[in-house]
Amino acid sequence: MYRTGIEPPERIWWKKVGRHEKVWVWISFAWCMVLFAMMPLWHLRGGQNPSGIRHRVDPADYQARVLEFVQEYQVGTDNGLPVVEPPPGSDVYLQASQFAWIPVVRLRQGAEYTLHLSSLDVNHGFGLYPLNINFQVVPGYDYGLRIVPHEPGEFHVMCNEFCGIGHHLMVGKIIVVGADEVAADAGEAADEGGDR
Amino acid sequence: MSPFRTCPTTGLQVHRTADRLIKANAVVATVALLVGGIAALLVLLTRWEAVLLLEAEMFYRMLTIHGMNMLIFFIIFFEMAVLYFASAVLLNCRVPAPKTGWVAFVLMVVGTLMVEWTMWTGRADVLFTSYVPLRAHPLFYLGVILFAVGALTVVGHFFAIITVARREKAYEGSLPLVTYGALTAAAIAAVTLLHGAIIYIPTFLWSLDMMNVDPQMYRLIWWGLGHSSQQINVAAMVAIWYLLGALTVGAVVLNEKVSRTAFVLYVLFISMASAHHLLVDPGMGPSWKVWNTSYFMYMAVLASMIHGFTVPAGTELGMRLRGATQGLFGWLKRAPWGDPGFSSLAFSIVVFGFVGGITGVTFGTEQINIIAHNTLRIPGHFHATVVSGTAMAFMGITYYVIPLIFRREIAFYRLAKIQPYLFAIGMLIFSMAMTFAGTFGVPRRHWDIGFNQAFFQPEFSPAVNLIIGVMAVGGLIAIVGGAIYIVVTVVSVFFGKKMAPDDSGLGATGRGLPPGITNPPRALKPEDKEALKPSGRLGPVPGTMVLVLIFLAAFILYYFVNWMLLSFLWEVG
Repeated sequence: MYRTGIEPPERIWWKKVGRHEKVWVWISFAWCMVLFAMMPLWHLRGGQNPSGIRHRVDPADYQARVLEFVQEYQVGTDNGLPVVEPPPGSDVYLQASQFAWIPVVRLRQGAEYTLHLSSLDVNHGFGLYPLNINFQVVPGYDYGLRIVPHEPGEFHVMCNEFCGIGHHLMVGKIIVVGADEVAADAGEAADEGGDR
Repeated sequence: MSPFRTCPTTGLQVHRTADRLIKANAVVATVALLVGGIAALLVLLTRWEAVLLLEAEMFYRMLTIHGMNMLIFFIIFFEMAVLYFASAVLLNCRVPAPKTGWVAFVLMVVGTLMVEWTMWTGRADVLFTSYVPLRAHPLFYLGVILFAVGALTVVGHFFAIITVARREKAYEGSLPLVTYGALTAAAIAAVTLLHGAIIYIPTFLWSLDMMNVDPQMYRLIWWGLGHSSQQINVAAMVAIWYLLGALTVGAVVLNEKVSRTAFVLYVLFISMASAHHLLVDPGMGPSWKVWNTSYFMYMAVLASMIHGFTVPAGTELGMRLRGATQGLFGWLKRAPWGDPGFSSLAFSIVVFGFVGGITGVTFGTEQINIIAHNTLRIPGHFHATVVSGTAMAFMGITYYVIPLIFRREIAFYRLAKIQPYLFAIGMLIFSMAMTFAGTFGVPRRHWDIGFNQAFFQPEFSPAVNLIIGVMAVGGLIAIVGGAIYIVVTVVSVFFGKKMAPDDSGLGATGRGLPPGITNPPRALKPEDKEALKPSGRLGPVPGTMVLVLIFLAAFILYYFVNWMLLSFLWEVG
């Protein structure tokens, strides 16, 4: 005899399950296992993982590291922000603070970099547009992500974690220089740096 | 006056204290809904770039007010009412500690008022999550703590009611499934509110400069409150699904073991939900993320997939047993679509499952989170779960609570009948458009994606403007639906036609009463089983079987499309 969910059933309600209900439970279980297996599998075979190199960092130390990085590789300025062009394979330091991303970075297509993200004050969000790559930026933590920019172009870094009243002003820039224009472009960038 | 009244519809003995506690909590919940709803309108009209109504500061303030009122105050006050209803009312039992009940209620109200004061006076522009080290006024944190202590007391009271009911033999056999579901919601609430205490007490001290709080640790424990509280909502919502099914069409429980085990899975694995929000955080490593984000190998997802079958299957079977045996979907055709309780139930299940569930599991995958984190996809997901799912179910049950508990007829009943349609369709458009806009990388919690005055002006694809426009239209329709709900409930509760103590409303026509009360599903007889046609390959509930297979196909498609989108990106890791 069937009951509704508001009627108390008999004390022993541990009864045999109907065949079709059981089939659905097993299908669901199998699907859950697929969902679970996909994550370790992507770590082995996929190219996009949020693992990174992670450690704690004092915000003041991080700021000093960013400053050093800018001094070493600065090639110009853009909208008052320093533009840096680190060599392929190097560590790139991006600093989030209310309400700017510093510096603007020029990267080469197809080269690998380690992109470090950290904040000097509150939580920020790294959102690379138009690619839609998003990471959380937490003060006191250095998140080093190995990246390989595939296509050339101008990309914007939007802050996508609320960080205060000027949150929506916080936009940075990453420029990826195409593999074929690297040589010419590098010279031009050097000139530009010289002009300023 | 006797401390009990007899319900003329169900014959249950209802303790008047339970009546009063349910009413008080439900009324405050509705007020919070109104406040949160006004904030919703202002937030929506600002995010709609064509209007951009508020200034930045006011936008973030309203967003804070919207989040706190909807996700904390409205939902939890309503859940307190549900806990009293599922225990004292359904179990035919007294409320053993009325004074404690009122003290808890007052604590929650005082906490709410403190938080409201800090938010409205601009002392807590920190959004719902209040991530440290963004700083709010100490009373903001203290208010949340008082609220949580009050809610925790109600949870303890609920356990006490169940214990007393059992000892006093107020019911025979085992707990009804609805109460069992509410019990799991209460168990999750206990865990969740403890997380709240663990994080808000240090944060309160931090706001007084008395200690330090690590921002990453804050995020970890705060989400033990923030996401787990959504699991209270899920468990409470599923309990209400069973309740609405029972009241409107006499839905049956296919197998108690399966449904109850699914509820237990929620309790066991839901506290890992915190990890969902930390998938692209620097504080945790991949193995921690893989293990915890999937709620221990997706066992909580399994629970939802089980309920997603058993609830519609119970509805189908209940209707087939009562003669709706034609074809695959004859039962759906004969279902009482004019009953706001039933239409709310149906929309709640469909939107929660198809939009909220599928997107949630997909975005909650470690790597796919890279293309979802902090974009509009996230609020798109949770408006489909917590609004179209939980709030919709809560609205549906209100149309039964008003006559059964408040003993009033529903005012503007014809409006009430269309309310679930407006709300569900509006929210469906809204949340789908929002999710879609998020796939373009449009950030959530952002005043102006036109980026006026910013360092640089990234330009979104022109499609984004159109999608945001669609989102706004959907949101406005939903807000109209929500406003109708508030008007109908407030007018019914305070000015609705009173029902005499012995008035069951049975057989009445033209009154503001849903069909589940005027013409309730008849009791089942043993011979009803024979009315079922010999089951074919699809078994006793063929319609549901087809529906869940469509659901699974949609799920698989959406999930793998997202992996594909991810694979197009730069290599990162």
